[in-house]
Parts: sequence; C-alpha cells; structure tokens
Amino acid sequence: MTAIETAELALRRSRALMVAALALLAAVYVRALAFTPVEATQGPAQKIFYVHVPSAWVAFLAFGVVGVCSVLYLIFKEPRLDRIAAASAEVGVVFTTGVLLTGPIWAKPIWGAWWTWDARLSSTLFLWFLYFAYLVLRTAVREQGQRARYSAVLGILGALLVPFIHLSVKMFRTLHPQPVVMNPEGPTLPGSMLATLLFSLAVMTLLYTGLVWHRYAQAERDEARADSAADDAR
Amino acid sequence: MGEVLRHALAIAGKDLRLEFRSRTAFLSALVFTALVLAIFQFARDPTAVSAVDLAPGILWITFCFAGLLGLNRAFALERENRALDGLLLSPASRTALYLGKVLANLVFVGLVEAIALPLFAIFFNVPVLGVLGPLVAVIALATIGFVAVGTLMSSISVSTRFAELMLPVLMLPFLMPPITAAVQMTARIFAGRPFSETIGWLKLLVAYDVAFLVVCILVFEHTIEE
Repeated sequence: MTAIETAELALRRSRALMVAALALLAAVYVRALAFTPVEATQGPAQKIFYVHVPSAWVAFLAFGVVGVCSVLYLIFKEPRLDRIAAASAEVGVVFTTGVLLTGPIWAKPIWGAWWTWDARLSSTLFLWFLYFAYLVLRTAVREQGQRARYSAVLGILGALLVPFIHLSVKMFRTLHPQPVVMNPEGPTLPGSMLATLLFSLAVMTLLYTGLVWHRYAQAERDEARADSAADDAR
Repeated sequence: MGEVLRHALAIAGKDLRLEFRSRTAFLSALVFTALVLAIFQFARDPTAVSAVDLAPGILWITFCFAGLLGLNRAFALERENRALDGLLLSPASRTALYLGKVLANLVFVGLVEAIALPLFAIFFNVPVLGVLGPLVAVIALATIGFVAVGTLMSSISVSTRFAELMLPVLMLPFLMPPITAAVQMTARIFAGRPFSETIGWLKLLVAYDVAFLVVCILVFEHTIEE
C-alpha cells in the first residue's frame, strides 16, 4: 500500500469513529434529559453539567497530549509527533470553546451573571488564549521543521504555565462548587448522575480521539501527496 | 560555568553598547511609557476613583507594555543582515547567548522602569519613597520572570510572519501569573499591609521565575537552530 492509500484508509476509519461518537453523543443527551433525575435546587439548568464538565476534562486531556508530544518531539524529532500535537491543540481549543460557551449559559440562571471571573472560569479563558496563540504561531511559520520546533517549545512552556495560572486565579478568588467526583471522600454525586457524567466523559473522549485521528490523517495524506508530487517532478 | 557567564556578559555588553550608541529604542520606549502613564490619567474618573486605588494596575500595565516594546528589539537586530549566524559561529554556547540576551533585556527594561517609577509617583501622587525597598524587590522579581519568558518568545516571534503582533499574542498569557502577583503585592505594599499578606504571592512569583528561567535555558537552543 502506498503512503497515500494508508492515509486514505485512516481517514475513512477516523470518519467512522467520529460518526459513532456523534451518535453516542445524541444518546448522552437522551440519557441526561430523560433518564437522569432533575437536580433538586438548580432544576433543569443543571443538565448542561453533562456537556460542560466532560468537555473541560477532554480539553485538559488534549492540552496534556500537546505537552507530552512537544517534549517527545524535541527529543526524537519525529514529524508525526508534531502532527499529533497540532491536531490535539486544534481539537482542544474547540472543546475549550465549548466549555466557555456552555459555562455562561449555566451561570446566568444559577449565579445570576453570564461571566463572573471565578477562578476556574478565568483559568479556562487563559487556557483558550494560550492554545489559540499556539495555533496562530503554527500558521505564522512556513518551514515545517522550524514550525515543529517553535510549536514544541511553546507547547512545553504552555504546559508549565497552566499550573501557575491555576494557582494565581485560585489565590485571586473562586466561586465554583468543590469537586463532586474526584473528592478525597469519594464521589458526592448521586449514582445515576455519576453514571450519566461518566458516559458523557467516555463519549467526549471518543469524539476527541476521532477528531484528532482525522486531523492527523489529513495531515499525513497532505504530506504523502506533497512527497509523491515531488517524486513525479523528479 | 565561568565560561558561559563570560560569554553571556560579552553578548549583553555588545547589545547594550549598540543600544546606547543609537538610543532610538531606549528613548522611544521611555516616551511611550510616559505617554501610557499620561493616558491613564484621562482613562479614569478622578471624582469617583482615587489614583491610589488604580495605581498598582496602572504601574504594571505600563511596565508590561514598555517591556513588550523592548523585547521585540533583542532578536530583530540579529535577524537583520543575518548577524545571528555570526553569533552562532562564535565559541559562545546557546545558553550563553540566551543569558546574554536576558541580561541585556533586563538592563534595558530595568532602566525604563527606573525612570518610569518616579514619573508614576509624581503623576499619580503616590508616596513610593517610604516603601521603595519592597517595591523595587517586587519590580525586580516580576521583571526577571517577564524577561526570561519574553527573551525566548522574541527569539521565536522575530522569524515568524507579523512578528510585532505575534510577540504580544504569545507573551500575554505568560504574563498573567507574574503580573497578577506583582499587582497584588504592590497594592498591599502601598496600603501598608503586613508582610505576611504578601508571602503567598511572593512564593508564586519566585517559583515562576525559577521554573521559567530553567526551562527557557533548556529549550532555547531549539528556537535558533538554523
């Protein structure tokens, strides 16, 4: 099989995974809306929790992948690692955008304001700025090796920055509820809600995998095409 | 180690000599800083908000802008006429090159700050003399973190398209922790609060400086490979 054919196959497979993840996402909505109890104090507004929280976790996963791939790239100089980092950053920014959009929709009825500069809100916003800058940097460097090196450096510094942002906004002030799942005394969330949340988390992770795989396969195919065009020219 | 420091000092000396023979960048950074301070006066309602309440924010936003201006210069000069190639061929290591640039930037930004601080005190009628010691310490710590990251970022941004725009977009997320810490500490210093209230922010700032200085030294070589 030629490199282009391999990439085409990966594209088809990742597309199938994305479609499956989207279908399952519809199932998450159905379960969250119809088969999970309504929260006592917040009412139906709390339903957005099942999209908001898993998106935030997946966004963190995405940026973690960027950090790890960046370190590995500087060690091994393997272009595929750079492509994974690029795809993961893109998808991470999409999920962070989702968090930043669902957050205000939830905050308005419950906290009474669209935006509150609460600690986790601020750190998510800065996370978005940081990885948006990462994507802007990628578009501003033409030469591939240079782009990969610069992005890897920014990816590493960015991963180092995240805890500092987290600490400073926390020292500033916070309004978010305390953790309901990763709590030292065990989850405080009722069982059926926890099940919906974990289901949603699994589906979001699957969607993330599908999207990153797809973007990666696209980059591989473009690369293979460019190579074969160069061969033909020769 | 001594070798690295000697080379770093030589590179910093070269940069600063170059700068103070022309003085263009320094003078424009200085005038820019004065301008930002003056604009801030008209960006507030003097009957509603007292200058002292806004002072820490004004001070740090001004320093942050002034620093960004100065940082663009460090590697832009080297890219012109490919002077960087000459530096890379010299026996100086990449670490020495980075540290030299950091030192030159520290002197540049530090001098601008040293002139802007009295100007700020006069413009906004803030008594800085009584708290000069702690204030200078905070300014020094925040500037070190700022310059450590900024020097690395400017070495990336100069060889991208839209370099002047790229530096602030890359830099500002990284400025958030040190600026927050510096503003919080400055506010407490101006308000005469006890030292125990600033210690948390001080730890954060020192940790930031150490962490970023070390990691920047480690990754710097990857930003200038030709």
